[in-house]
Amino acid sequence: MSPAHYIFLSVILFTIGAIGVLVRRNAIVIFMCIELMLNACNLAFVAFARMHGNLDGQVVAFFVMVVAAAEVVVGLAILMAIYRARRSASVDDASLLKY
Amino acid sequence: MTTLAATGVLRASWLLLAFPVFGAAVLLIGGRRTDKWGHLLGVTMSLASFVYGMIAYFTLLGYPAAERSRDLHMFSWVPVAGFQANIGILIDPLSMCFVLLITGVGSLILIYSVGYMAHDVERRRFFGYLNLFIAAMLLLVVADNYLALYAGWEGVGLASYLLIGFWQFKPAPPVAAKKAFIANRVGDVGLSIAIMLMFAEFGSFNFGPVFASAHSGGTGVTTALGLLLLLGACGKSAQVPLQSWLLDAMEGPTPVSALIHAATMVTAGVYLIVRSSPIFNDSPAAQLAVTVVGAVTLLVGAIIGCAKDDIKKALAGSTMSQIGYMMLAAGLGPAGYVFAIAHLLAHGFFKAGLFLGAGSVMHGMDDEVNMRRYGALRKFLPYTFVTFGLGYLAIIGIPPFSGFFTKDGIIDAAWEKGGTSGWILAACAIIGAGITAFYMTRVMLMTYFGAKRWDEPGPRGGAEPRTGQPQPQPHEHALHPHESPWVMVFPMIILAIGSVGAGAFLIINGRLQSFLAPVVGVPPEAHGVWTGPGIIALALALAGVGLAWTMYGRVPVPAIAPRGSIFARAARQDLYGDAFNESVLMRPGQWLTRLSVYFDSRGIDGLVNTIAAIIGGSSGRLRRIQTGFARSYALSMLIGAVLLVAGLLVVRL
Repeated sequence: MSPAHYIFLSVILFTIGAIGVLVRRNAIVIFMCIELMLNACNLAFVAFARMHGNLDGQVVAFFVMVVAAAEVVVGLAILMAIYRARRSASVDDASLLKY
Repeated sequence: MTTLAATGVLRASWLLLAFPVFGAAVLLIGGRRTDKWGHLLGVTMSLASFVYGMIAYFTLLGYPAAERSRDLHMFSWVPVAGFQANIGILIDPLSMCFVLLITGVGSLILIYSVGYMAHDVERRRFFGYLNLFIAAMLLLVVADNYLALYAGWEGVGLASYLLIGFWQFKPAPPVAAKKAFIANRVGDVGLSIAIMLMFAEFGSFNFGPVFASAHSGGTGVTTALGLLLLLGACGKSAQVPLQSWLLDAMEGPTPVSALIHAATMVTAGVYLIVRSSPIFNDSPAAQLAVTVVGAVTLLVGAIIGCAKDDIKKALAGSTMSQIGYMMLAAGLGPAGYVFAIAHLLAHGFFKAGLFLGAGSVMHGMDDEVNMRRYGALRKFLPYTFVTFGLGYLAIIGIPPFSGFFTKDGIIDAAWEKGGTSGWILAACAIIGAGITAFYMTRVMLMTYFGAKRWDEPGPRGGAEPRTGQPQPQPHEHALHPHESPWVMVFPMIILAIGSVGAGAFLIINGRLQSFLAPVVGVPPEAHGVWTGPGIIALALALAGVGLAWTMYGRVPVPAIAPRGSIFARAARQDLYGDAFNESVLMRPGQWLTRLSVYFDSRGIDGLVNTIAAIIGGSSGRLRRIQTGFARSYALSMLIGAVLLVAGLLVVRL
């Protein structure tokens, strides 16, 4: 299997994630879609690292994982707080911060 | 004449100013707590200044004539490199004349005010203002430089404003006060520009350096200075064309009219010109302007005085006219300075006496000022009648009363100027003497002679509550004219003595002339007491008396003013001075301000407001993009990222 296949897979995963973020209302699902996009990026990084024969992409992938873990911790905590306050995890309901 | 440093008693000449300043400060800061004894403090402080003035005067007389100019440096006001403003006191014969006039007549009028203002709840404030006035007026005349003189000049303007508008609860006085202040401001601008010009040209404000270098400055500079100083003098001394405020200033209490608007402040313009004599001596054009202003004003004031039924306004017209005489004399140069000052001093006595007499009549007549409601008062106010009568004889120049000596001196000086201008000036002065006799006789006859008219039915003007509370208009109860208390009669008697004797004292043997000679020079030729022009003026004055008697003495005076000829109506309207000011200055000014306001609100503000409205409106619309939906933000981020990537790809390819 050539590394290009991994790139295609990465693109497909990223697209699925992006569409999920845009069309779904449930914050948990949006979160999962964001994770999907991040992991698609990781896959692309690793694939490119393999294609170019150096480790830069793999290193960045680790960074992304760390950032993703941190993001999940903070994001889920916020989500819990919102759910407790509003009894709803819909992102369209939480639209008070506007003009 | 060189100015020497003050020594001995004169080193304390700051006391002159300190006494009234202290009085004013205590009375105005102390407030109601000083109500009980405030008037006594005011009188005491003024008398203290007078006593010190007398001591200083006799000290000065003890020096040789050439050493009578004494300067006391007090402090540096603005000590900046290249701009030295010092406050100093100059005691010399000229300032001494004024110090004695201001403190002497001022003290008498303050004593009079104790009685006149006895029923006024604000008497203490009145005395505070009067002390303030005396302090400022003394600063004006004893300052040794133009900057301090200007401070005093503004101070008397302020005191005049406060005192004209003293009865604020009535509508007319505050308006008159504002009018006086604004008319004075026009003149003050002239004086302030003159002082700036002096500094620019000569590098100093002090009298000594300015006068020393005046001659080297060139005729252009001295003429400009002279005309600007004349503008200042016109404002303060109510000379044409800035004369209109003085008649309205009569809204103030009568002692104020006597002190500020007859005896002292309005003569400050004459002082300014005589003090600046080295500048005027150097500029014939400025001198001519001064004489023209004086001649015009003496006729205008006299004509206005003929038609006024308000006793104070008739006297105010007379004041304008008499100051016109002084200005005329001051414009004649060394030939006239002495007579200007002599007439000023004599006028200080007799006009203050006349005003106090008018105040006494008003006091006895429920503040009635309309002479058509007077008549036959000589039986009811005998002391007032006699003192007023002596002032009357003095002002119309009957020998040997004081006006005869001083006014004839001015007429002779104008006559001896020679040439066409001298003839015209002398003719104006002689005609003015005739008109003076006419209107003063009219005042005398309407007030003290004829039938009593105060109990006739008809409108009664001038009834003014003086207790600070609105009172019912005293239409109903009958008038009982009565003589004023002694505290008011006493100053009138002293002033009457001055009216009788001041002229002879000052003029005979050239007393004032030799006293003032070191400051203002000596007239080129001396003339006797009886001269041709003087006799003509006396004859014309007697004719004026006769004419007035045929018009107001022989026939009864109607209690309601007849319509009168076109001339009488013009004179009643102050010869249309106010109408002129309104149509030439006020209306165009109003149009200009309206135009400016329109341009400002539509042009300047319009531009700024339009820009602000555009920005506000567009940002209000842009704000709608912030919907608060996280997914739409995500979409815009995605679109942005896609566009960015696409852009990069396009650039790469």
